[in-house]
Amino acid sequence: MSLLIYAESADGKFKKVAFELASYAKKVAESLGTTVTAVTVNASDVSELSNYGVNKVLKVTNSKLDNFNAKAYADVVKQAAQKEGAKVIVLSSTTDSLYLAPLVAVGLEAGFASNVVELPVSTSPFQVKRTAFSNKAFNITEISTDVKVISIGKNSFGLVESSSSLTEEDFTPTLNDADFNVKVESVEKSTGKVTIADADVVVSGGRGLKGPENWGILEELASVLGAATACSKPVSDLGWRPHSEHVGQTGKPVATNLYIAVGISGAIQHIAGINSSKVKVVINSDAEAPFFKVADYGIVGDAFDILPKLTQKLKEFKASNS
Amino acid sequence: MKILVCISHVPDTTSKINFVNGDSEFDNNGVQYVINPNDEFGLTRAIWFQEQQGANVTVVNVGGADTEPTLRKALAIGANEAIRVNAAATDGFFVAKQLAEVVKSGNYDLVICGKESLDYNGGMVPGMLAGLLNYNFVNSCTDLKVDGTSAKASREIDGGKEVIAASLPLVIGGQKGLVEEKDLRIPNMRGIMTARTKALTVLEPVSASVETKAVKFEKPAPKSAVKLFSADDLDGLVNALHNEAKVI
Ligand SMILES: Cc1cc2nc3c(=O)[nH]c(=O)nc-3n(C[C@H](O)[C@H](O)[C@H](O)COP(=O)(O)OP(=O)(O)OC[C@H]3O[C@@H](n4cnc5c(N)ncnc54)[C@H](O)[C@@H]3O)c2cc1C
Repeated sequence: MSLLIYAESADGKFKKVAFELASYAKKVAESLGTTVTAVTVNASDVSELSNYGVNKVLKVTNSKLDNFNAKAYADVVKQAAQKEGAKVIVLSSTTDSLYLAPLVAVGLEAGFASNVVELPVSTSPFQVKRTAFSNKAFNITEISTDVKVISIGKNSFGLVESSSSLTEEDFTPTLNDADFNVKVESVEKSTGKVTIADADVVVSGGRGLKGPENWGILEELASVLGAATACSKPVSDLGWRPHSEHVGQTGKPVATNLYIAVGISGAIQHIAGINSSKVKVVINSDAEAPFFKVADYGIVGDAFDILPKLTQKLKEFKASNS
Repeated sequence: MKILVCISHVPDTTSKINFVNGDSEFDNNGVQYVINPNDEFGLTRAIWFQEQQGANVTVVNVGGADTEPTLRKALAIGANEAIRVNAAATDGFFVAKQLAEVVKSGNYDLVICGKESLDYNGGMVPGMLAGLLNYNFVNSCTDLKVDGTSAKASREIDGGKEVIAASLPLVIGGQKGLVEEKDLRIPNMRGIMTARTKALTVLEPVSASVETKAVKFEKPAPKSAVKLFSADDLDGLVNALHNEAKVI
């Protein structure tokens, strides 16, 4: 009855969340007196999982699974869980994993809790702490089914190295033809750009930047920091920036190490979406802007004056610290 | 085409979030309720299908009588009829189970949910519903077109989007993009008047096991005050980010 994780990969290589999941699962497995098994799909080299406490890998290799397919992947995870007799299945919060998690839960008649932010509060009864009300609160959820599925909030646990001996096993689940009635026809992915989902740092601009033509200074700052760019809702509604950059309660959630808000007032809906970021910096000309109440660091001043200077300072800092 | 739009009734985004009864229950006091924003994008898309392609739109909510104003609002926006399953929406699985019954008895071709509701943020009802019905499923759906029994959808992925082909019947977990913000409708007087005469059917729930329970709530710990740097002291900020916060 090991603990099962689905270790996600892209183009054969593990995503960072795979190791975060493994780190988390290892701790839970220890408190349950069991071990961690990972199921992988078309990952080429799985040995890295042994740095994060995984003891066994069920390797699925199938070209039909080259494109993500929620139902088919849910079948893979479900059958892996059944094979291992796993009672706890731990998933990440990527868009793909959030897509398949409820399907896995229904398939295993398992209760499901998403956005889990800490190790279980208790394992018997099984209780987890999760965010609710768009980060305005936490809720302790008890899962009472025999099998439990949880997904871990982005960046909420971090990596914990722990070396383990790893056995690999090829695994060939039965795939259902009907699963492929949902077909991916094309994928558009921005290449070479850091995505909000993967970024450790996000630099975000609001209406205070006055117009789309002024985003260059924000992008330069982002580029020095290796950051993703984001924006407030009105900025995307006005068409200054694409919707995919809209963050907040009704946009994408952000849970990065560092969130820098430039010319954003800090409306409650904006803050709800970004509040799980660890460190928040605000640059705003209005000292009364509500963002200052939730930020860790702030500068009252004109973004057009500050951003280029800050970019320069960070360049110097990076140069002397590399 | 018969469309079912699943509507969650949630606190307005500006609501102060408080709890009562030893932090075991959400405090309704003074809270305004609205159609969950993700669901509103889906509802508006459904109305588009009604106007452009002759679809029939039913809205459904699992909730107590206090949620009826939210359903009436959906009717005022243009839905043809409404259903309320008379039970507290305690857990995602329970809700999905009730919705599955409604879908089966109404033979809907397209079920539009929001990808998550803004109260419990569970993000599980659309997927569980699709799983229970064994329908095709597209989550994080940002565009949807239907031609006969085939649908073409866009799905937001981390760093881009996917275009997906799927046949009906289909469940989607929708979000902004299905329609734009400017396409959202505020009910007009005529809509509000006709909504009063539209059918709102109340169904009793089917039994379903309770899989999860919210046992307690907590509010985030209060934050310490912001540390300010003057615009002339950017070194101070860089230094703090490096040595104190350790994020660069
Ligand atoms: C249902 C609902 C859902 C919503 N969801 C979201 C959401 O998900 N995300 C979101 O972001 N918003 C959301 N909003 C909108 C939110 O209420 C605010 O309107 C929005 O966040 C404000 O965006 P802003 O901060 O960019 O603009 P503003 O509020 O206009 O703020 C601009 C800021 O820029 C500052 N500024 C101006 N010039 C300069 C300068 N030269 N240098 C530095 N600073 C300057 C100003 O002092 C001001 O604080 C939602 C609203 C509703 C009703």
